Amino acid sequence: MRVNFTVNGRRQEADDVWEGESLLYVLRERLGLPGSKNACEQGECGSCTVRLDGVPVCSCLVAAGQVEGREVVTVEGLADFAEQRAEHGGCATGACDTPEGNGISLDEAKGWAAKGHDSQTGEGTQLAPIQQAFIDAGAVQCGFCTPGLLIAADEMLEHTPNPTDADIREALSGNLCRCTGYEKIMDAVRLAAARQSEAV
Amino acid sequence: MDFLRPASWEEALAAKAEHPTAVPIAGGTDVMVEINFDHRRPEYLLDLNRIGELSEWEVGEGSVRLGASVPYTRIMENLRGELPGLALASHTVASPQIRNRGGVGGNLGTASPAGDAHPALLAAGAEVEAESVRGSRLIPIDAFYTGVKRNALAPDELIRAVHIKKADGPQQFSKVGTRNAMVIAVCAFGLALHPETRTVRTGIGSAAPTPVRAKTAEEFLNAALDEGGFWGNGKIITPSVAKQFAALCSAACNPIDDVRGTASYRRHAVGVMARRTLTWTWESYRGSATRTEGVA
Repeated sequence: MRVNFTVNGRRQEADDVWEGESLLYVLRERLGLPGSKNACEQGECGSCTVRLDGVPVCSCLVAAGQVEGREVVTVEGLADFAEQRAEHGGCATGACDTPEGNGISLDEAKGWAAKGHDSQTGEGTQLAPIQQAFIDAGAVQCGFCTPGLLIAADEMLEHTPNPTDADIREALSGNLCRCTGYEKIMDAVRLAAARQSEAV
Repeated sequence: MDFLRPASWEEALAAKAEHPTAVPIAGGTDVMVEINFDHRRPEYLLDLNRIGELSEWEVGEGSVRLGASVPYTRIMENLRGELPGLALASHTVASPQIRNRGGVGGNLGTASPAGDAHPALLAAGAEVEAESVRGSRLIPIDAFYTGVKRNALAPDELIRAVHIKKADGPQQFSKVGTRNAMVIAVCAFGLALHPETRTVRTGIGSAAPTPVRAKTAEEFLNAALDEGGFWGNGKIITPSVAKQFAALCSAACNPIDDVRGTASYRRHAVGVMARRTLTWTWESYRGSATRTEGVA
């Protein structure tokens, strides 16, 4: 079957989609966006977290056909999404209409990498504040869980600008990390929250 | 596999009547895992996401009509006053991502003994609104669970809503697992005080082939509270009564040994949770009773 939906602000069309396929599979294998990670395939690990109509969900548990006509934001579009949010305020939930020409094309998204100029990761690349905070706090080790954590943390900071540690733990409770022991991730989210409230 | 995408409830019923083997999918928590792991290859998937009314709820005089797909997140945020037991249980469901999509209809459809909503529904008192092209019926929650992952639905029926009695007293929910998030219950316990009828109702999860009430324990406790005049005098529950109640709740279990725990552990833990939830709710009831009567 064919599935039409919006990914990172642009209309996309996926063809030859098997009816039992997950949104995660469509993103990674049909659209070539491997940012959302495939690990447990049962909603345990959160590494496939994306926003569906603004709401964080495990993309491995969404059937491809269920996203017809809906809006998805993946980690590849997070920097652009955060920028749009900063510019347009209320238009941050992903549920609003995106005029043609905005958003991220598939090719741009596929080429997205926090390359950096010298040894400094991410320098010169467009990053969402939460992404910069993860780099600055050293919250990325192997990086496999990072995309899911970024989406979940970014969404929490959207509606809870001054989170307590309990708020952060609750918001990230569906994302597993086997490297960091979570402390640096906590630091990163606190850092992003602090920078966000400074900026206001 | 065919993907059916009804735009309305009527279309969904027609599709289910035409294809009784169609597997309904809403939040995908259970269905997608089975498909991802190749445990199930349904002929038809019946997507219910497009039917907006399934995500709505109505608070009525005596009960809440909760749409089958209202996400757990919404229950936690909006129905804590009317359905405190279910709101507490909802908060223990998996993770924020799962709670954003999963709902009580899925828990009932899967009818796993470990489903988190069941003990709360049993304790509060509920009816499942099932419908097919043949008509609509209300199935009492006690008659809904018929076996391990089996329920009373006919092949052409879909769950439209659950009618849950609004709380008329304190309710509690307790669950045993290895950590707070992402835990399938080792066992769980729900308890609701119903001061209007001066009764107590319970629900046990993951400690029998189906979710069950501890009816003998309820009868014992109702009689003991009545005899001692506890509902009126608001006294602390006698430790021996609480102990006997806990023992009877343990006895209502019919658990198995599995990867999550042994049968004897489950029996023991249900007794502990029964005693604790009784104490918590009763303390809360006494507190509110003294406040309303203005007595220290």
